[in-house]
Formats: sequence, C-alpha cells, structure tokens
Amino acid sequence: MSELEASFSLLKNANVLLYVGRGVLFSVIISVIAVLLSIAFGTVLAILRNYCTKGVLKVFHIISTFYIEVFRNTPLLLWIFICVVFCPAPAFFSRKMFGLTSVETKLLWKAAVALILFESSIIAEIIRGGLNAVAKGQFEAAYSQGFGTVKTFTLIILPQAFKSVIPTLLGQVISTIKDSSYLANVAIIELMARVKTILAMANRYTGQGNIHTSDVFVLFGLAAVIYFAINFTLSCIVRGMQDRKKRVAQRNRALA
Amino acid sequence: MSGLFTTRAWEKVWIYRDTFLLGLWNTVKTSFLAILLAIVLGIIFGLMATSGKKVLKAVSRVYIEVIQNTPILLQCCFLYYALAFSGHSIGIIAAGVIALGVYTGAYMAEVFRSGIEAIPKGQFEAAQSQGFKYVEKMYYIILPQTLKIILPPAVNQVVNLIKNTSCLYIIGGADLISLTYSFVTGENTGGSYAPGYIVSGLCFFIICFPLSKFASTWEEYLKKRDRKTNIAVKEA
Repeated sequence: MSELEASFSLLKNANVLLYVGRGVLFSVIISVIAVLLSIAFGTVLAILRNYCTKGVLKVFHIISTFYIEVFRNTPLLLWIFICVVFCPAPAFFSRKMFGLTSVETKLLWKAAVALILFESSIIAEIIRGGLNAVAKGQFEAAYSQGFGTVKTFTLIILPQAFKSVIPTLLGQVISTIKDSSYLANVAIIELMARVKTILAMANRYTGQGNIHTSDVFVLFGLAAVIYFAINFTLSCIVRGMQDRKKRVAQRNRALA
Repeated sequence: MSGLFTTRAWEKVWIYRDTFLLGLWNTVKTSFLAILLAIVLGIIFGLMATSGKKVLKAVSRVYIEVIQNTPILLQCCFLYYALAFSGHSIGIIAAGVIALGVYTGAYMAEVFRSGIEAIPKGQFEAAQSQGFKYVEKMYYIILPQTLKIILPPAVNQVVNLIKNTSCLYIIGGADLISLTYSFVTGENTGGSYAPGYIVSGLCFFIICFPLSKFASTWEEYLKKRDRKTNIAVKEA
C-alpha cells in the first residue's frame, strides 16, 4: 500500500504538476496551431484537387492529389522522422524560447511542420467533402451575377462548404491532439513525452528505491484523464452540433 | 543534403534489405492480428450498443468514449509498462497487437453500430416473426446486410490501424518505421536517410493506398446507388 501512496505523492509534487501542466499547454497549442494552418493549406489543396481539372491547370490537380494520397497513406511518425532530418529550421526558431533550449525549439518547429503537413492532407479531404456538398447552381448563380473566380470562392462557395464541415473539422482537432502524442518520440516537450520522462525518474520523486507498477498507473492515468477531459469535451460539442444539424434538416423536410 | 541520393546510400539499403523485410513482416503480422481482434471487439461492442439493454449500452459507450478520446500511444505505453514493471512482460509485438486491437476495436464498434442502425426495423421484426433466435437473426439476416454499408469505414479503420503500428516505436519497436529509424541512425548502417525513408514510406503506401482507394470507390458506388433508388422511389 505504501507503494501506491508514494506514487500518489507524485501528484502532490508542485514541480511535477507544473512540468506536466506545461506539457498539456504545449500539446493543446501545437494542435490548435497545426489545425488552423492545416485548414488554410488543406483548403488550397482541396480546391486545386476539385476544380483544376481542365487544360494546363490539370498539373495542379495531379500534384495535390498526389500529395493528399501520399500523406494519407503513410504514418505520421515517418514524416516526423523525415522532417527532423530534412526540414530546415529558420533562424527565428534556433534560439531559446518558451523556456526551452534552442535545440528543443528547433525540434519543436520541425515536428510541428510534420504534423501540419500530415494533418493538411486529412483536412483537405474533409473540406473536399464540404465543397462537393455545395450545389452546382451556386457556381452558376455567382458567375451570372458577375463574380470572378476568387470572389465566387471566398464569398459564395467556401463559406457554405465550411459551414457544413465544421463538426468534422472540430472532430479532427481531437484526432490532432491525439496525433500530437507522436511528437513524444522526438520533441520532448508535450504531455506524453513529459509523463514518460517523469516515469523514468519516478523513484527520485517518490523516495522509493525502484519504479513500481503503481507509478505507471498514476502517471499514465493522469495523462489519460487529461487527454480524456479535453477530447471528451470537444466530442460532446461535436455531437451537439451534429444533433442540431439533424434536427434542422428534419424540420426543413417536414416543412417541405 | 545532396549526398543523400548517392548510389552508395541506395546500395546500403539493398545490402540491409533484410532489415526492411523483417520490419514489413512485423508490421503486417501485427496489423493482421490486431485487425482480427478489432473486428471481434467491434462486433461484440457494436451489438451491445444496439441491444437496447441499458447496462450493455452503457458498458459499450464507456469503452468507446474512453478509448477514442485517449491517444493510442498512451494506451500502448500504459499496457506495455504496466506489464513490464509488474514482471509480466509479454513482448513488444503482443503488447502492440492488444493495444492496437483494443484501440481500433472502439472505432469498429461505432462502425458496426451505425451499420446495424441503418438496417430498417422491419428486417428485425421479420426475422423475429420467423422464429429466428437473437444470434441467428444477427448472423443470417442483419450482419450480412450491414456488411455492404460498413465496408468503406471499416477499411478506412484498417488503414489507420496499419499506420498506427508505428506506435510500437515508443515501447522499443520492431515494426517497419522503428527498424527503418534504427537503420538510418545506426552506427554501421547510418546515413542513408533519404533511401531508407523512401523505401519504408513506399511499403506503407503500397499496402494502404489500394485499401483506401477501394474504400472511397465503394463509398461512391453506394452513394450513386442511393441516389438512383431515391429517384426511382420518387418516380414510382
């Protein structure tokens, strides 16, 4: 029983909690930034894949299709490893920041790039689903009103496409937070990695000779509770949105 | 950077091709066993979710929510370290199979649940009125009909599972990605980053691309069929 008590004393250690807490913050911030940038990049990819199908523009269709399929069908960890070696780090990220060493910020930048590249391919497919759901008449109507291609997309098509995929995109935030745990393999700053680091030296905090099974349960249990709390809240929001959408659709059908 | 595409680097990959084949074999083996486990769990919990019994429904809900809202990496670590520190180590691949199977099982359960819910109620009632018992009803009448609907999402989950075998890396790794990584960073074999990563990426792509292509084509086909029947119904 004393083993378990010693393990729980980890949770009372302010340093441990602060360390883990900052890991949570990093996980969430990285994921949110990754999703936002991926939405921008993914939108471009989706438009290129969907609408550049004629003449010379077909090159863009081929490139974006190739990109999406390659990233969707290979594991994230592969891209993290590749980016760690090949991705150049701008000077801005080669210095001390956010209480990290310059090596850590560089790794963070590279791993974040991998995450963004990977998520973009998935988000591109989500947005493509939204674009396909926009009725064709919307394009014709926009053109007939004298809108140019850019204005048609930014004012007419994209707002409708985004509106229909918001729940799916929010669901992708959950996936991204989970995927960000893969960064634990290289960048040692997010939640998963920090929990693992503490586990490796748990005996020092607990004052016990060895690392016990109870330490594993307490530490990984803590991480699981944190991930669950964040993701479950998000998935409840997603479900609420979907239910509301279904109700609205039903009402519209009943009226029609 | 420019030296990474030299013939020497490629030669090295060819000389150590056994490493890649071993990794590929481990990944395929892990995925196959994990897929079987995931399907079994998916059917069990999917049936529980649609059983209409409150307790069973709650159990499957808790399983699905807890597993889907925590990362596979954490589950894998949890399982492996809990067993290792309590002295019951079962090996990396076995731990991987269980972790991946349980993780994907939660997604499969959702897939099966939505598939069963998509079957018209009349089918259940008809089966019951013909004297089918629960297991017979599900096995002969309901599940064969769901198969067509759930194929695309189920195959997508299989693709995700294959990609997630890379989570083995954190517990010591015997899969393709881990072996590739130790190959490109190894003392004797190191340096051939580009060829090594290209080869292992290609292996994944060759397995996953046909699967996801099949899933999306099948989904398109189902959508088209739905549209046709809708029009037919309206015209009739």
